[in-house]
Amino acid sequence: MALLEVRDLRVQFETPEGVVQAVNGIDFQVESGETLAIVGESGAGKSQLVMAIMGLLAENGSASGEADFKGRDLMKMPPKELNKIRGCEIAMIFQDPMTSLNPFLTIEKQMTEVVMHHQGLRKQEARAHAVEMLRAVRIPDPEERVKQYPHEYSGGMRQRVMIAMGLLCEPDLLIADEPSTALDVTVQAQITQLVGELRDKSNMSVILITHDMAVVAEVCDRIIVMYAGEMVETGTVDDIFYRPRHPYTQGLLASVPRLDRLSDDELHAIPGNPPNLLDLPSGCRFRDRCSMAREVCFGVPPLQVQENGCMSRCFIDMNNGEFLPAESKGVEENAGEDSK
Amino acid sequence: MSNPVLRVQDLAVNFCSHTGGFLRRKERVLRAVNGISFELHASETLGIVGESGSGKSTLARAILGLIKPSRGRVMWLGENLTELEEEALRQKRKEIQIVFQDPVASLNPRMTAGDIISEPLWTFYPNMAGLQVEERTRGMMKMVGLLPNQINRYPHEFSGGQCQRIGIARALVLNPRLVICDEPVSALDVSIQAQIINLLKDLQKKLGLALIFVAHDLSVVKHISDRVMVMYMGCSMEVSQRDALYRRPLHPYTSALMKSVPIPDPKLAAKARQDRWLTGDMPSPYNPPRGCIFHTRCPYKVKRCEADVPALRRMENGDWVACHRAEDLDLSI
Repeated sequence: MALLEVRDLRVQFETPEGVVQAVNGIDFQVESGETLAIVGESGAGKSQLVMAIMGLLAENGSASGEADFKGRDLMKMPPKELNKIRGCEIAMIFQDPMTSLNPFLTIEKQMTEVVMHHQGLRKQEARAHAVEMLRAVRIPDPEERVKQYPHEYSGGMRQRVMIAMGLLCEPDLLIADEPSTALDVTVQAQITQLVGELRDKSNMSVILITHDMAVVAEVCDRIIVMYAGEMVETGTVDDIFYRPRHPYTQGLLASVPRLDRLSDDELHAIPGNPPNLLDLPSGCRFRDRCSMAREVCFGVPPLQVQENGCMSRCFIDMNNGEFLPAESKGVEENAGEDSK
Repeated sequence: MSNPVLRVQDLAVNFCSHTGGFLRRKERVLRAVNGISFELHASETLGIVGESGSGKSTLARAILGLIKPSRGRVMWLGENLTELEEEALRQKRKEIQIVFQDPVASLNPRMTAGDIISEPLWTFYPNMAGLQVEERTRGMMKMVGLLPNQINRYPHEFSGGQCQRIGIARALVLNPRLVICDEPVSALDVSIQAQIINLLKDLQKKLGLALIFVAHDLSVVKHISDRVMVMYMGCSMEVSQRDALYRRPLHPYTSALMKSVPIPDPKLAAKARQDRWLTGDMPSPYNPPRGCIFHTRCPYKVKRCEADVPALRRMENGDWVACHRAEDLDLSI
């Protein structure tokens, strides 16, 4: 059984301009020990998706759907029970290591608080545990550094502290929301590598959220590509990188500047901007930016599903790259489900 | 080759801060930029790359005179900018402009796109006719890929990539000859980064601009630079022609930076991971290492590196490097 199974998750926000559908019916599973990447541009809904699962949506947001974690539905859980799971069985690392630590408390105080609360450890034990965890994320001299304040740490070090804090209770699932985006490339590499190593050691599952395809190649097993609140393609790392089916995925891959290829002068860019969620185009949401778009794309694209679990939400046939014959619309079971 | 438009000579910026209590006050000096020299020709792009804290933004600002350098000269078309009076320096900003890192934060949220782009015109040419200003503003918007009918929209109505286009339009509206781009794409999505880089490249070709392009990622500057300077803790480690640098970096630090760039290919990524050797953080800038500033993290260091500071010297192919072992190391990719 999957560790986490999400079905038909929807997130919407009430704003003065109207209701924004940030996530529009997402299904996915995370097996134990697996790393799932959720990739997409800003505004694709990838962060809000996990925020909804964690019950951390902003006040004007609401979510529907199911998120079964070890057989219990997180979406229907009372806050008190959810609190026992958050930070303990499911841990989260946020994007900005500079602002997600409390500047007034020492690292020790912030780290021991977690274990004292969740595992009822005494102060001494908690401290020893914190030091051990800092050592695991390779912070030099952890006995001394644990007494310091966040401002005495560099950005990369702070993100390590965040990871150490996330791992304190040995979670089954670690959610990392752009863990390396705010960091230098040199540190980025170290952090992604570290997350991968720690996962292998403890057999935990990881959900990695990012906009950068290159980061994903190193540590992930499966990838979900999101666009404007919808899943447009999913598959294994090899499927997505070597056989991308959806034009958006192809565009994302081509836009990564690469060092290992000698200069192709013009960088490939996906033209245009992500759509305004308040004013979505009808039919395929990627249509306006898609170089392959045809008339048929004004209709709602079907979600094609292959036997191995690869999916693509597009009129282009996953198997042969041809456009689907017009009448095949709705052959797949999920097709048309999202039409309004 | 023609004369360079910009010649930076031994430029240094120090920041002072104080530690200790009221009575035991001690001054600490941070050498943010430590003796940088380079030349830049018209229509040329120099990429400046380094980790955060390497002084690349400080250098960019010091060239513009936004920060007072503590030493050195910035020669702009034969004139030393560091000696100019404030008003004279301000006039020079017609010729030298900057694009900032955070496209959203660098735009005034209460001004429309049109106001933002035309503001430099109003300040430098207060007598310009309104119609002319508007025409020029619309022209700029078109040039950077915005729709002229978006002229009355506010920054929050634009996406990050579009905001950066506004920032670029504002920098170009005065017809500058040099534009300094301080990490213009690092706050943007990868898919949008490419748009902005291609735009800057096109504009440079069209307008014959000299560009200084600051970034922390070697893969980003690769597509736009003619030459690349690699900075580490305020010092220039290497200045090389683009193709030479990416084929065979001269400095171990350059090679380390290149190896940290993730490769979007699962099969190559595993190998790339094994090749990485740069670990740890930069040493404290208040207490820089003796000798070569990089020796604490360098796997190729020898005794000499701990004692002697390597000077930036010219190699046979004309590129510059500050490493004692540049000749006997082969760091080819």
